[in-house]
Amino acid sequence: MLLSLEPRGQQSRLMLWCSPLLAAALTLGCGSLLFIALGHDPLLTLHTLLIAPVSDLYGVSELLVKALPILLCALGLAVAYQARIWNIGAEGQLLLGALAGSALAVNIIGMQSRWALVLILLTGTLAGAAWAGLTAWLRTRFNANEILTSIMLNYIALNLLLYCVHGPLKDPEGFNFPQSAMFGDASRLPLLMEDGRVHAGVYFALLALVAVWVLLQKSFVGFQIKVLGLDKRAAGFVGFREKRLIWLALLISGGLAGLAGVCEVSGPIGQLVPQVSPGYGYAAITVAFLGRLNPVGILFSSLLMALLYIGGESAQMSLNLPQAITQLFQGMMLFFLLASDVLILYRPRLNLRWTRRAQATAVHAGAL
Amino acid sequence: MPNPAPAPDPIARLQLRKITKRYPGCLANDGIDLTIAPGEIHALLGENGAGKSTLMKIIYGVTHADSGEVIWQGQRVSLRNPAQARGLGIGMVFQHFSLFETLSVAQNIALAMGAAAGTPKQLEPKIREVSRRYGMALEPERLVHSLSIGERQRVEIIRCLMQDIRLLILDEPTSVLTPQEADDLFVTLRRLAAEGCSILFISHKLGEVRALCHGATVLRGGRVAGHCVPAECSDQQLARLMVGEAAELIADYPKVIGGEAFLDVRGLSWHNPDPFGCSLSDIDLEVRCGEIVGIAGVAGNGQDELLALLSGEERLPREASATIRFAREPVAHLRPDARRQLGLAFVPAERLGHGAVPELSLADNALLTAFQQGLVSNGLIQRGKVEALAEEIIRRFGVKTPDSQTPARSLSGGNLQKFILGREILQQPALLVAAHPTWGVDVGAAATIHRALIALRDAGAAILVISEDLDELFQISDRLGALCGGRLSALSATVDTRLSDVGGWMAGQFAAPQSLATR
Repeated sequence: MLLSLEPRGQQSRLMLWCSPLLAAALTLGCGSLLFIALGHDPLLTLHTLLIAPVSDLYGVSELLVKALPILLCALGLAVAYQARIWNIGAEGQLLLGALAGSALAVNIIGMQSRWALVLILLTGTLAGAAWAGLTAWLRTRFNANEILTSIMLNYIALNLLLYCVHGPLKDPEGFNFPQSAMFGDASRLPLLMEDGRVHAGVYFALLALVAVWVLLQKSFVGFQIKVLGLDKRAAGFVGFREKRLIWLALLISGGLAGLAGVCEVSGPIGQLVPQVSPGYGYAAITVAFLGRLNPVGILFSSLLMALLYIGGESAQMSLNLPQAITQLFQGMMLFFLLASDVLILYRPRLNLRWTRRAQATAVHAGAL
Repeated sequence: MPNPAPAPDPIARLQLRKITKRYPGCLANDGIDLTIAPGEIHALLGENGAGKSTLMKIIYGVTHADSGEVIWQGQRVSLRNPAQARGLGIGMVFQHFSLFETLSVAQNIALAMGAAAGTPKQLEPKIREVSRRYGMALEPERLVHSLSIGERQRVEIIRCLMQDIRLLILDEPTSVLTPQEADDLFVTLRRLAAEGCSILFISHKLGEVRALCHGATVLRGGRVAGHCVPAECSDQQLARLMVGEAAELIADYPKVIGGEAFLDVRGLSWHNPDPFGCSLSDIDLEVRCGEIVGIAGVAGNGQDELLALLSGEERLPREASATIRFAREPVAHLRPDARRQLGLAFVPAERLGHGAVPELSLADNALLTAFQQGLVSNGLIQRGKVEALAEEIIRRFGVKTPDSQTPARSLSGGNLQKFILGREILQQPALLVAAHPTWGVDVGAAATIHRALIALRDAGAAILVISEDLDELFQISDRLGALCGGRLSALSATVDTRLSDVGGWMAGQFAAPQSLATR
């Protein structure tokens, strides 16, 4: 092997900051090559993908609308992942939150009080938490692997949602389209600006961001979650309640995903439709790890993910770029970001003959 | 008595010249010279981290030196892998055995020797012959899981002796043996040496090195600190070579008689659900305030189980809660944090992964067990107080570390152990349970730890030490007992106890003399 990695023993502070920059440079470089090979102007393509979508206020508002559910789900996942509980079920928890919130909303369309919105949001959040609670129960009671159970519950949630929009929750005056009635005005999240879709859900996301940050960085419960994740025996030896912590982490995780779902239906969409989520719950898994399970990092990575979503769409429309190419570009960026993180813990080393000899003499000189 | 040194031979069996091996961040071996004559029992002495393991792995071909020469019977060789080393006649017995528990002795040996050596059935007569010749009783048909640790070690040694062996490397072979078993092993090794086989004996127990070895090479910090003839050196001299400082390393502490009982265990029996684990039966144990009770025993005789039951990691049902009591309070059903509130402090056997979380900083690891000492308010961690506690532990117990933000994993074993012990002692416990407090710790750190334990005892705490190191137990404990097969011998005052008594208890000979002890 010409190039080998050796462990640093400690995190490199410098690389902690440099690795995202390195990844960005590599992505831009390789992306340009890819676009040139396909006969596109690289600068124009990159501009369309990354800058044009956010060059006006409306674009920024769309970015926030996209980023919001991803951010909420990823924050919840970060709590579970810190405890090494691999909740893959954010998607299902989000869908169930949307479903339960809608089920309430279509029954109180006439309600004028703002309490309608509060009740709907609460219902959605609790439903998401309950769905994750199923995973927690299966894990703590039967020691069932949470990866499998949470994935399977995703499909159950999706089919439950499809059943409801085709059946009990279908709008009676909706010409048999699979969608619910539009929610009442009192049940909709208020918009934040005149000419954009960004809504009050942003405040919940900011609140959740601060709350998760305090939980993970400052609170003793967060410390217990971290110890449980890093070292189960140490947690047992000081008497941290493993089962209780698993329940807590999954309930928080599910609750935030449920909130994301109910914010979608009561915010930009305004009714329950089969396509509530284009896979936000799965994107959130990538985002959580990209943000290194740190709430602030997750904020940035969810914005980046949303940008990739929007930029991909506009590149398809204005440049006739095939969808596969924009997805390839997204994949490349994620690959480089995760790959550069290796440099935080490992140091690359060239194994040429002359370097080895040089080192040996250096050691010898040091010994003398 | 050591054998007379063999006559000098013009050609050494093995000679190492200027062996250097660098790992990331440390120079494990730095220009090491070592010569072993045919038929010589040579000791490789040194603290943990002195470079012993690296050096023997180089000799056995497991790792490769960055520079330096290996000369085998006058020929320069480059050892690429263990198979090549075995081909030359080098055998090695590792500290941790690599045997398949569900196979028989003969099957294990046949597996290790390869298809060319024959089937297990064909090997059986040879195994019998070798075991008879060297006085190591062993039945080839027996399954390995039914063997004691000492017998398993014999399997490993016989496996080496089945080939034409010229150099046998033993890595801390006595750490798993009772004193009597160790004596038996020495008889075998002397016979082997008398037949011309060289032996490289790795250890940090000075007494046995002096009894067995003709010559010794002492390593310190990756370099040769000196060569000596162990029989002509005192413990102090050898320890000084190993550690390099002339602190009072081997001290005598006055023995005391404790006050009122704090820890009281009555008729503790516990069935281990793990079929390869050890169950406890009818254990009575009392530790008084202001005394140290030491429990000896070969690993796997119920130590882990007893420790888990004392710490609260394993709990008994509420009906049996009075089986374990702290100052008359029944605790056997309580969780670890509840027991800590009643005055328990605990030092587990494994430092990383049990006593401390490797990835977390020292400050966070201080918080790990001391969270009931006012470090948390309204659910939030009081960072300032946690840092202050960590700094105090580091200062008071001389932990060598850049700062309190260093991850626990990057500390050496001895330093981390000082930190963990300091963390527990600063909580002013009424009862401290410590498992193997100085295992793998250098002599200097061990002395610090022993002094801290004695100081805690003199401050009135009840202390229970479970250890495999008999020298340590005799040095610090006021009363002694031993575990064997999940049963505990009666405790007896250290001053009235001989080493051979404890050896007998460790082998399970305590059922009858128990009545004698009470008389």
